[in-house]
Amino acid sequence: MIEILGVEKNFNGNIVLRGVDLKIDRGSTCVIIGRSGCGKSVLLKHIVGILKPDKGKIIINSKDIVHLSEEDLNALRLKIGMVFQGGALFDSMTVGENVGFGLIEHNHTSDKELRETIEESLSLVGLSGIASLMPSDLSGGMKKRVALARALCIKPEIILYDEPTTGVDPISADSINELIKNLHDKLNVTSIVVTHDMKSAYRVGDKLAMLYQGKIIAQGSPNEIQKTEDPIVHQFINGLAHGPITET
Amino acid sequence: MFDNFFIIIGRHIISFLYFLGGLGNLAFKTIYFSFIPPYKKGRIFEQAKKAGLDSLPLVSLIALFIGFIFALQTAYFMQRIGSELYIASLVALSIVRELGPVITALVVAGRVGAAITAEIGSMQVTEQVDALETLAVSPMKYLVVPRFLALSLMLPLLTIYADAVGILGSYIICVFRLGISSSIYLRVTAEALFYKDLFTGLFKTIFFGMIIALVSCYEGFNVKGGAEGVGQATTRSVVFSFIMIIIADSIFTALFYFIFP
Ligand SMILES: Nc1ncnc2c1ncn2[C@@H]1O[C@H](COP(=O)(O)OP(=O)(O)OP(=O)(O)O)[C@@H](O)[C@H]1O
Ligand SMILES: [Mg+2]
Repeated sequence: MIEILGVEKNFNGNIVLRGVDLKIDRGSTCVIIGRSGCGKSVLLKHIVGILKPDKGKIIINSKDIVHLSEEDLNALRLKIGMVFQGGALFDSMTVGENVGFGLIEHNHTSDKELRETIEESLSLVGLSGIASLMPSDLSGGMKKRVALARALCIKPEIILYDEPTTGVDPISADSINELIKNLHDKLNVTSIVVTHDMKSAYRVGDKLAMLYQGKIIAQGSPNEIQKTEDPIVHQFINGLAHGPITET
Repeated sequence: MFDNFFIIIGRHIISFLYFLGGLGNLAFKTIYFSFIPPYKKGRIFEQAKKAGLDSLPLVSLIALFIGFIFALQTAYFMQRIGSELYIASLVALSIVRELGPVITALVVAGRVGAAITAEIGSMQVTEQVDALETLAVSPMKYLVVPRFLALSLMLPLLTIYADAVGILGSYIICVFRLGISSSIYLRVTAEALFYKDLFTGLFKTIFFGMIIALVSCYEGFNVKGGAEGVGQATTRSVVFSFIMIIIADSIFTALFYFIFP
């Protein structure tokens, strides 16, 4: 279970998070929605401990990761896969080395096993046979999927997706949604998905949470969110140009 | 107007102190992580090749020409007082004690340090550094330590090479242009140099290597913004490396002056 309690974050006066509270049950998928720049990526980075909150707690598997030692934090990180918004592939390495990076650095598996795991992860995202290419040879959508393969390769218990379907063609987007659902159904992976893509949000989420002005202003099942009375949430999920969000 | 002047100076001083603080912190962590396993020799070799072997052509060119120029410039005065023979000792001492180490360091700062900042800086802005962390790999261990060890090892080696090439340049001028006999030139050079000259010349280059690695990694990690930020950081990295190398050189020169009179 992941529990975020009163997390606040301020970058030199730019207050991004103002007390975020969110609970994600083990094995469930939580979708975080919110406008561009509202701090969704910042929130995800707090959950893997790349950013430290100014205030608040982040509890994963009943440990507060804010005060964890580097060693314990790293042990925990091996159970978390993160898909960065821009892919963040290592551009000096081949696709295969990128995908297998976690295994190469930490587990001393045999070469054969390593190659098989890499190939398996790539085929999960529909990109088998590209292990020897360089990231610069890939399209934007392919990079995103390789980043997803890299996160899957370490067989994580928790996966954080930062806009996994943005910039990906609709067919691949659908297969990514399916993959997220499969990981949830078959492997009981806990997921947090940041997205603007409402179709994907309804499809993969057990729970939707909306981040607005540094707080979670609404959360609930896809059904509940769709029927919301909250004018802010209503404007956002329906993608309306006029409403309370744009009037202030 | 003067108020402004002092405010600007003050800001520069504060930002430089801030930089020094950050650098000290990085140095401390780097040394700490250097002793923590796993030790990946492959990455140190890779960096050593980039910093050392690949710098040879440029270092050769510059050292050779420094040798030429220095011999010719000294010859101008030595011929006036009729003591051309001392060109050999003067060149040997200046190159081994000062010119070789400093010029090699500046060349490496410009060539290798700038590349390190640009590489780490673009990794930083594209979140590759964050990605390393999420994969439980310390950027300190993975990026800084190999560069730090490689540079502090390669700079003395490159300096030995630069010293030799510089002396060769001067030899070429003296023997082929000024008509000094080859055996005399070599003998005078050998007599001029003591072990302490070699030692003081080389010892400081270990620190120059550390400075270049630390400054360039520090600037790389602190890149803000996109491509423009990487460009600015690269410039800062070279400028600050130069400044720090010159400061360190003055300190070492003063120190050695009193330790080995
Ligand atoms: N490392 C950082 N240093 C300073 N400010 C930052 C940093 N990271 C993010 N910010 C600021 O935090 C705010 C939120 O950024 P974030 O990337 O989380 O937005 P987002 O919700 O993910 O938007 P998008 O949907 O466009 O990706 C922005 O104003 C950004 O400028
Ligand atoms: Mg984002």
